[in-house]
Amino acid sequence: MNKTEDFISLEHVHKSFAGVHALNDLSLTIKKGEIHCLAGENGSGKSTLIKVISGIHAPSEGVIRIGDKRLKRLTPKQAIALGVQVIYQDFSLFANLTVAENLALNTNLAQNKKFVSWKNVYALAREAMAKLQIDIDLNKEVGSLPVAQKQLIAIARALMFNARLIIMDEPTTALTGKEVQVLFDIVRQIQKDGIAVLFVSHKMREMLDISERITVIRNGIKVAEGPTTDFDEKLLTYHMTGQEFTNEKYMLEVDAKETPRLEAHNYCGKGFQNINLCLHKKEVIGITGLLGSGRTELAKAFFGMQKDTKGQLLIDGKQVQLSSISEAIKNGIAYVPEDRLSEGLFLSQSIKRNILATTLDSGDSSFFIDKKGAAERATRMVAEIGIKTNNPENPVNTLSGGNQQKVVLGKWLLTNAKILILNGPTVGVDIGSKAEIHKRIRNIAQEGDLAVIMFSDDIHELVHNCNRIIIMHKGEFVDEIPARAAEENDINNRLKELV
Amino acid sequence: MLKNAQPNIRDFFNKNNNLLQLIAITVLIFVVMSALNPVKFLRYYNFESIAFSFPELGLLSIAMMIAMLTGGIDLSVVGIANFTAIIAGKLFQATLVGKDLPPSVTLMYVVLGIVIVLVVGALAGMLNGFLITRVGITPILATMGTGQLFVGFSLVITGGPAIVGFPEMWSMIGNEKVLGVAVPCWIFFIVATATAYILNKTSFGIKLMLIGTNAKAAVYSGIDKNGIILKGYMLTGVLSAITGIIMSGRTNAAKSDYGSSYVLQAVLVAVLAGTNPAGGYGTVFGVFIAVIGLMFLSSGLMIMRFSNFLVDFIWGAFLLLIMVVNYYNNKRRAACK
Repeated sequence: MNKTEDFISLEHVHKSFAGVHALNDLSLTIKKGEIHCLAGENGSGKSTLIKVISGIHAPSEGVIRIGDKRLKRLTPKQAIALGVQVIYQDFSLFANLTVAENLALNTNLAQNKKFVSWKNVYALAREAMAKLQIDIDLNKEVGSLPVAQKQLIAIARALMFNARLIIMDEPTTALTGKEVQVLFDIVRQIQKDGIAVLFVSHKMREMLDISERITVIRNGIKVAEGPTTDFDEKLLTYHMTGQEFTNEKYMLEVDAKETPRLEAHNYCGKGFQNINLCLHKKEVIGITGLLGSGRTELAKAFFGMQKDTKGQLLIDGKQVQLSSISEAIKNGIAYVPEDRLSEGLFLSQSIKRNILATTLDSGDSSFFIDKKGAAERATRMVAEIGIKTNNPENPVNTLSGGNQQKVVLGKWLLTNAKILILNGPTVGVDIGSKAEIHKRIRNIAQEGDLAVIMFSDDIHELVHNCNRIIIMHKGEFVDEIPARAAEENDINNRLKELV
Repeated sequence: MLKNAQPNIRDFFNKNNNLLQLIAITVLIFVVMSALNPVKFLRYYNFESIAFSFPELGLLSIAMMIAMLTGGIDLSVVGIANFTAIIAGKLFQATLVGKDLPPSVTLMYVVLGIVIVLVVGALAGMLNGFLITRVGITPILATMGTGQLFVGFSLVITGGPAIVGFPEMWSMIGNEKVLGVAVPCWIFFIVATATAYILNKTSFGIKLMLIGTNAKAAVYSGIDKNGIILKGYMLTGVLSAITGIIMSGRTNAAKSDYGSSYVLQAVLVAVLAGTNPAGGYGTVFGVFIAVIGLMFLSSGLMIMRFSNFLVDFIWGAFLLLIMVVNYYNNKRRAACK
């Protein structure tokens, strides 16, 4: 396959919505069979660009060039006929249908068949799987499969339409490190068949790892373009955010004589056992591990979500039994959950109500609200944690991901918590907000005398924010690395050895 | 960052778009009906009869809205209303009928009757809440079941026919006027204001809305989800019981199957009022406007001597129309974003 031939080219494309320039004089060329990365923060215009390529949006100005043809716009039908397939974050699969049905029905529909031949359905599905050299039970309901397998099915389905270009929108968001590697292998395999892949992401490591060329956009303008070898993480961050970030580690001398904030002795529960931990105030410790290492179970147990735990748990030297969430909160534990949207936020409710959700009962009465106090708390926290809004009465879904995460964090800071548990604190948050959230967490730990436990997959995040990092495996702590010795590659290697 | 914290008019319009539209439609109905029946529609008598009849549907709709705020529904509201009224009727039959008691004693029994009605309403709501939160039955099935159960109890108690013989003081609740305003109307405004206050200004009300918006996030925020939902259904039960008092007061009778068409009407009024059936959003004021609008519509049609069946048809068509308009409005607004 000749990689110098262009598959599709956008030339000086503009797109504006109600006067706002989403894309501004943007040119992008995707060559046949290349893995191209489109990098940019949330709101930079990535989605709009995808929609122009897939024919959903018509550009206000500019030309789309395919081969010798120069077009004003594409229609969705044209785009599909050209072989453009988009895999969105939600995969657009039918959760209550089987794998075989999901794979075959679109083709059946496209051929306008009135009756379903099940033999044909299975044959089509098997063929699709064979292309990817994967093996998933065809009779399973798609809804019951893990995210990574759903994604493979979405890819297999895209390939059935003679795809020439597959666009993947943030494909690694819900994947663990190992699953990302599997995905990358498959992407490389697809490439061998001459299919181009446009990888849309804001995760630096992955972009540098997989792509051959990178285009960076910011505020709808192309700010950098070139072969991947010309970029490194720092440069990419700079282009994406327009700012430079210094990465300083969090070093802390712990006074061992002081009573620890949290102590665990032989703490056991479902999914973890023999946990021994001594956590002092001002500490920010990181806990990582592979999928199934028991870290989520441990995080939830600390938040009172497991009833029958064994062993001893002490907070400020006092023995506690955390058998319910309210018990945990009473003992000063705060928990920022893994999935912000489904577990952390009340999306259609106001920013103010979201922030006050944990402290509605803090007045003298548990029925009437201390109105003045509540308003004061909400205003103070919005300012303190730097939520960018001009009106805290606006619903929380008007905020960006980073600001939403600040709302979840703020809600817990109001409880005067002693121990802050963060489960994936910056998943799906763009780099700018990420740095800001990290800074806040440090400040909180330092000034608020909090002890912070950060559960995360993002080793980079742990190395630069924690004074020590613990690796969990099969429900136990297997390794502990102090900040000064923490190296990202080293930790990644240690994790790989556990597989 | 907080300099512009003053909510501006634009925000208000955006947020309350459905409500403003509802008010506009109600005014429109009023104008059209006045134009079609200039003499009869604008007569004092017409408004007086509306003032006596809207509180029943109004309170049931508020009760329905509260259940919907939690993301559920309460199909047992009318069952509870009739059941509680029948219990009060039985109490009066046993104590007052055929006896010549001094007014003070009668008053005592009437007050006792009210207390019993409210307590039974709360207990009935508690049963709903228990089935939904502890047993885990879907609200629509749980309340349909208990609704039937209350109808059954009522039938067993009455044997079928209506209970009559409520004391005069009791009928005054449904038929008298105080300061020129119908008593049911007073009850409605007091109860509606109290409910609006509870929903918007108390910790219980806000928790209820938060649970309706995202139950999981509520649990993760340390909110006692089951306890709050249980109380929500108790409140629904109490509002239904108050409706029971007004209904039996107005008709001076209580029957197991009185006003059964109210159930679905209450659902529709609540939705018409902009309540989100998936939970988390709804206003008492919206319900009030929606009920008044519908009352104008039906009284206007009655005056024009439309058949009762046709009135039902027009109500249904009207509700569907509003929902279709809302759907397109919301879609257009979403597209603007």
